[in-house]
This record gives sequence, structure tokens and C-alpha cells, in this order.
Amino acid sequence: MGRYVVRRLLQMIPVFIGATFLIFVMVYALGDPVAALFGDRAPDPATARQLRAEFHLDKPVWQQYLLYMGNILSGDFGTAFNGEKVTDLMGRAFPISFRLMLTALVIELVLGILLGVITGLRRGRVFDTSVLMATLVVIAIPTFVLGTTAQFFLGVQLGWINPAVSPEGRFGELIVPGCILALVSLAYVTRLTRTSVAENTRADYIRTAVAKGLPRRRVTVRHLLRNSLIPVVTYLGADIGTLMAGAIVTERIFNIQGVGFQLYQGILRQNSPTVVGFVVVLVLIFLLANLLVDLLYAVLDPRIRYD
Amino acid sequence: MRAATRLTWAIAATTALALTATACGGNGTASGSAGVVRASWGDPQHPLEPANTNEVQGGKVLDMIFRGLKRYDPETGEAKDEMAESIETTDQQNFTVKIKSGWTFSDGTPVTAASYVDAWNYGANLKNAQISSYFFQFIEGYDAVHPADENATPSADTMSGLKVVDDHTFTVKLNEPFSLWPETLGYAAYSPLPRAFFDDHATWLNKPIGNGPYKIDTYTKSQSMKLVKYEEYAGPDKAQNEGVELRVYTDNNTAYTDLQAGNLDVIDDVPASQLKNAQKDLGDRYINQPAGIIQTVAFPVTQDGWTSPESAKVRQGLSMAIDRQEITSKIYFDTRTPATDFTSPVLGDAGGYQEGLCGEYCTYDPERAKQLIEEGGGLPGGKITLSSNVDTGSHRQWMDAACNSINNALDDTGACTVNPVPTFADFRNQITEGRISGMFRSGWQMDYPLIQNFLQPLYYTNASSNDSRYSSPEFDRLINEANSASDEAEAIGKFRDAEKVLVQDMPAIPLWYQNGTAGYSTRVSDVKLNPFSVPVYTDIKVS
Repeated sequence: MGRYVVRRLLQMIPVFIGATFLIFVMVYALGDPVAALFGDRAPDPATARQLRAEFHLDKPVWQQYLLYMGNILSGDFGTAFNGEKVTDLMGRAFPISFRLMLTALVIELVLGILLGVITGLRRGRVFDTSVLMATLVVIAIPTFVLGTTAQFFLGVQLGWINPAVSPEGRFGELIVPGCILALVSLAYVTRLTRTSVAENTRADYIRTAVAKGLPRRRVTVRHLLRNSLIPVVTYLGADIGTLMAGAIVTERIFNIQGVGFQLYQGILRQNSPTVVGFVVVLVLIFLLANLLVDLLYAVLDPRIRYD
Repeated sequence: MRAATRLTWAIAATTALALTATACGGNGTASGSAGVVRASWGDPQHPLEPANTNEVQGGKVLDMIFRGLKRYDPETGEAKDEMAESIETTDQQNFTVKIKSGWTFSDGTPVTAASYVDAWNYGANLKNAQISSYFFQFIEGYDAVHPADENATPSADTMSGLKVVDDHTFTVKLNEPFSLWPETLGYAAYSPLPRAFFDDHATWLNKPIGNGPYKIDTYTKSQSMKLVKYEEYAGPDKAQNEGVELRVYTDNNTAYTDLQAGNLDVIDDVPASQLKNAQKDLGDRYINQPAGIIQTVAFPVTQDGWTSPESAKVRQGLSMAIDRQEITSKIYFDTRTPATDFTSPVLGDAGGYQEGLCGEYCTYDPERAKQLIEEGGGLPGGKITLSSNVDTGSHRQWMDAACNSINNALDDTGACTVNPVPTFADFRNQITEGRISGMFRSGWQMDYPLIQNFLQPLYYTNASSNDSRYSSPEFDRLINEANSASDEAEAIGKFRDAEKVLVQDMPAIPLWYQNGTAGYSTRVSDVKLNPFSVPVYTDIKVS
């Protein structure tokens, strides 16, 4: 197990370098960001040169990349155009997005698995069909429609929530945005669990467990659910990264100043230190989440061994 | 079995977490404290420094924490003395500036003549890479601190044209006569700076200190800024409220929703998608008034197909082919007004705005348009593109509409096509590198309410925003004459003559004047927009 983890961690290095280089090249390919700083005016050549030198934009891309990576290793993620350290931006944005992600994850985990198990056990009944219909609807409607509608009705019409989340981004305020963010994934988790449960109810070990006379609850939770969770866990692992980064739409609607917002601003203003810095951290989160998922397999199914 | 127990435990734990998450969901944000105006804001692009801020969000803050020699009247746009006791000249080139005494920065230090001279020298110096340093280009010695050549280094640290005489007097010598120069001094770039700015720059940037009616209480970049009334403020326009809380909104739709829900008091940019409903939703609390912004479409007049004198007819024809009335009412819900000159209505007739100066060339007439374009030799290559960035400002919609209008006039569905450029930076690069061959969007938001500002930076030979690379000796001569005129009426007459040259050459087509839009809650009153379409925060009363 220990050796497996080390091997996996080592494998992350090339993935990490490749991903960051790609992002770097993509941001670089968008063109010279300095021109936009001058608004509708032609950049003053001398000032523009000064700014390019400050952000190393006058050097070839590979050199910029090396300089950047060198700095990152010493903990320096550079400065955004508004003069703020990217690490400070991250320090504010990541905790908020993390709370949002956690809220969404908890909602989809609890509700998704619950609904999945119930529908899986009651295939073809009214409840099953209605949940299936509901998941289809949720998957079909774009997030921003659901988000703005919920915001308008709950925030303006009923006045139950504040339409915008405060800069602190407390858990309580994140419940509605978290629900919106979770909905699509929730639908997938429900359907994955349902299929998996439905398949496993016919498995030999379930019949054995039932024949042994184990209580129904025990059969469902200990035997059926545990074996049905592997595909769900795989999905959730990948989903963590997506939830952290893909929250751009939700974060915009509810004015959450998290990772999505900073990334959006960074891209709009072609601020490579911000964009690359945030993506670097997201890549790390993604890789670690996937490692965690792989390790969870062994917990869920002891037949899977890593050594 | 052990693993299974762990799993059950994990599920139990997450459920507990979910419950806690739900349980702490009380009321959201604390409501605004008494007397404080809660207003929407956007993240400024640069650190907040007077000479390094050229966009509206940062400018909004500078307008609250700084007061310069002049201030533009929020109603009329007229430049009135603020900190200036007097600005005197006999030759339109050498000025003596006397400032009022008794003014202090919010850290308690007095505002002196040196506060201005040091600030201007700092803003002009190339070493400080200030975006708006060109504002000081009229002052003698600018070339030495800010050489035009890309690779040159400054040969001096201070401008020779600036001299401190005593604590409350300094003199300014300009490169050449510029009669309206004192009227430009209301722009934020000319603000005075306290010693603290130079002594500890980093600390100052984190919490800027100015001499205006408000001082910054707390500032969390990209989130919010809380400003409180500066009690020792010496100016006439003291704050009528206790303070202003600026909240950063990533999407102005959310700000609008927050206003509707009563969590926000002032928004100064009604989102395009809500313009249709704003009047109905807000009633009297919806503001839609002219701002000093004009939208134009420019032509690369030095490029193939656009250099001949006849091509002016093609440009005039294209101008006549665009149905401005239709577009401003259908797409913009009357928050734009069809343009009939190259300036803005906020200048007023006395300030140089002249309705209808563009004449028939800015009037929709598809038949005459087609005729003119044919007389001018037709579109270069038989077709034309219209380019703009499409990342902000719903530019895509009006571009489609304008092109359709041109195509209908010419009976040719392929005559005009749009060329959407993904980002503003890319668009600006393509323009400055001269890579756009067709029409392209250009717009101008005034720096100060003067007719000079709508003409010289945009159409003077080699001027900083002359995107079409237009050059006319006649136009330049008239601008020079206007700048050295000794009385204002004469200057404005010359500027208008220069504008008439533009109508004949049409390096750019005036499209429409842009309005400022705003909305406010029932909690506040006396909300209005100044000519820059920024709310006059000091006047807002909180009930």
C-alpha cells in the first residue's frame, strides 16, 4: 500500500508539469495582455515595455515558464495585475470554493445515494419512475436557469435567502448555491447508484446473505450498498475537481468570490499568474482526489489490493 | 467487517456534517449599518493610484477619496475651482496656481503645493510605469522624465515646468499654449498625494489616503471596500451620509437582484438583460441619463482601399446605411441616443456639443447610402467586416444589427459580416498592430467634459487613441488654433470647425451617445449620476 502511494505520487509529477505547461501556453497564446491595460488608448511604448519586463512578458514562452515554475517551487506564485499577490487571492478564494464544494458534495452524496438505493430496490414502481423523470429534467436544464430562478424566487419573491453571498461565504449562505451546484451531479449519482444496486440485488452473495437470515437493513447497508458504491466513488472523485473549478456559473450567479470568479477574471484580463496559479492548485486537488478514490476502492472491496 | 464499520462511520460523519451545515444557516449577511450607503462595485484593474487608474471602477473610489484643483459640477459638468484658489495666466502657457489653505489628507497632514508637484512628477515618471502618465504630457520637461522612445531611460526625475513657489503656490509651464488646460485639472490623475504615498508605497496601496470627503476604513481587494465620512474634510461637498460600502459583484445581474431584494442601495450599471424591466421594477428609482461616452465605428484609413479621397464617400455611405434609431430603441431600450456629432450632449451647447453637426451623413437613408458607396467606388473588395471584442458589453447584438442594416441598404446579404474577437486584449492588439482591415468598434469615454477631449486624442495626427491613423493637416491646424485661443468661445468655434473636417473625411462614423443607467433602493434618496455616469455618493441621503 505504501509503495503504491509513493508510485502514484511520483506519477503525478509529469502530469503536473504537462498540465501546467499546456495552461501556460494557452494563456500565452491569447496574446499580449498589456495592451488591454491601457483601455481604448494605444499603449505608451515606454510604459508598456516597462510593464512587460515586470511580468516577464518580453521573454520567450519557455523561459517564462521556467521562471514561473522556479518561483512556484519557492512558494512565489507571482502578482496579479491589481498588485495583489496570487497567494493572497488563493488564500481567500479556495476556502470559499472549498466550503461550496463540500456543501454540494454532502448534498449529492447523502441524497444521491439514498435516492439511488431506494429506486434501485423498487425498480419500476411509481417512486422509481418519478425520480428518474426528475433526474432527466435536472440534467436537461442548464445550471444558470435553475440558479437564477431559485435566486429570484427564494431571494426576491420569498425573501428567505440573500441573493448574493457575502464575501465571508458562510456555510449557511452556501446551502442554496450548493444545492444548485450539486443538482446535476446529484442526478448522476442517483442513476449510478440505482443501476449498481439493481445489478447487485441479483448477486449470489446477496442471496446468500438473505438465505442466512440476516436482517434486511444489514443486507442492504453492509452487503448491497458497500459493493454498489465503487462506480459512485469513482464518479465523486472526478467530481471534486469539477465542483471546485466548474463552479464558475454558480459562483457568478450568487456572487461568490471563489476560485471560479478569480479564474474568470484572470482569463478575461489575461492575467497568466492568476490563471496558471489557480489551475496549478486545481490540478493538484484533482490528482489527490483521484488518488484518494483509488485507495477507497481497497476499503470498499478487499479483493482489490495494491501491493 | 472492520472496513464496513468504518464506512458506516464515514456516512454517519458526512450526514452529521450536512446537518451542521444546515443548522448554521441562519440569516445571511448582516444588514447595512445606519447611515451607510451600500453600493455595487467592480474589481479595479490596477492598484489604486491617481495616475495609474484609467477605468471606471477604480475612478469611482478616487472620486470619493480625492479632490483636486478643479471639480466637474455633477449637474452641468462645468470645471469649478475646488482646491484651487486661483489659476492665472497671461499667455495660455505659463500658469500660476494658488491653492486654498486648511485642507488636510485623511492622515492629518496638510495639502501643500508640494503635494501636487510631487504627485505629478511621480505620475509622469517612466520608472513608475503609470498607465495615465500621458496626462502630464503638456507640461514642459515631460519628455525628459518620460521619453517617447521605447528603449530610452528618463534623463531627469522631475519636470522642469513645475516649480513650488511657497506652501500654497506653484507654477506650471506648458510645452505650448493650451487655453483650456486649467479645465482638465478635475481629472483624478491630477490629484495631490500625501508624503505617506512616497515614504511607504506598499502600505499606502493597501489602504490609500486622500484629501476627499471620504476615507477608506477597510479594503479587501476583489471583495469590498468600506469608506467612512472624513470629518475634517475642508471642501464644500461634505458627505450627506455616514459612509459608503462598496461591494464587488461579479455579475451585475446579481447586483440587480440584490437591489430588488433590498440588500443593496445603489447600482450604477443596470444589466442589459434588465433594461426592459427596469422602469417597471424601479419606477422613479431608475436613472437613465446621458453620459460622456460616444460609440463610433472607425476605419483604418491608411490601409488599402481606404486611402483615396473618394473612399470618404464610401464611409459616409456606410454611415447613412446604419439605422441608428432602430438599433438604439430595439436593442438598447433607449439607453443610447443616435449620434449627430462627434462629441457628447453632456458638454452642453456652450461646451461644444452641436446637435446635427454631422448632418445628413448621420441620418438613415438607405437609397442615398447605396448611391454614395457606388460613387466612392464601392466597398473595398466588394465586402466589409465589422470587428469588435465580444467578451463584454453585448457588442455582438448591435454589430449584427448594424451589418444587417448595411446589407439591406445595399441589397447584398454578404456585403457586411461581423468579425467577433474573443477578448478585449486581443482586439486592442489587433488594432494597435494595424491587423484589422475593415470597420471596427471604437468608443470614447471622456476624461474631462471638454470638446478638446473628444477630438484631439482621437483624430489628431499620431494621437494616443487615433485608432484609424487619421491625419489631416487642416484638422490639426484647427485644433492647434483652438488650443492657443485666448477666449473660450473662440476656442470652441475652432473645435467645431475641426469637427466639420471630420464629417467630410469620416475617419470614423458616430453611432450613438451612451447613457448612464442606475437604480436605487427606497432606503436612500438624492441619488444622481455625474457626467461620467458615476453616482454622486456624497449627496446620497440614507433614511
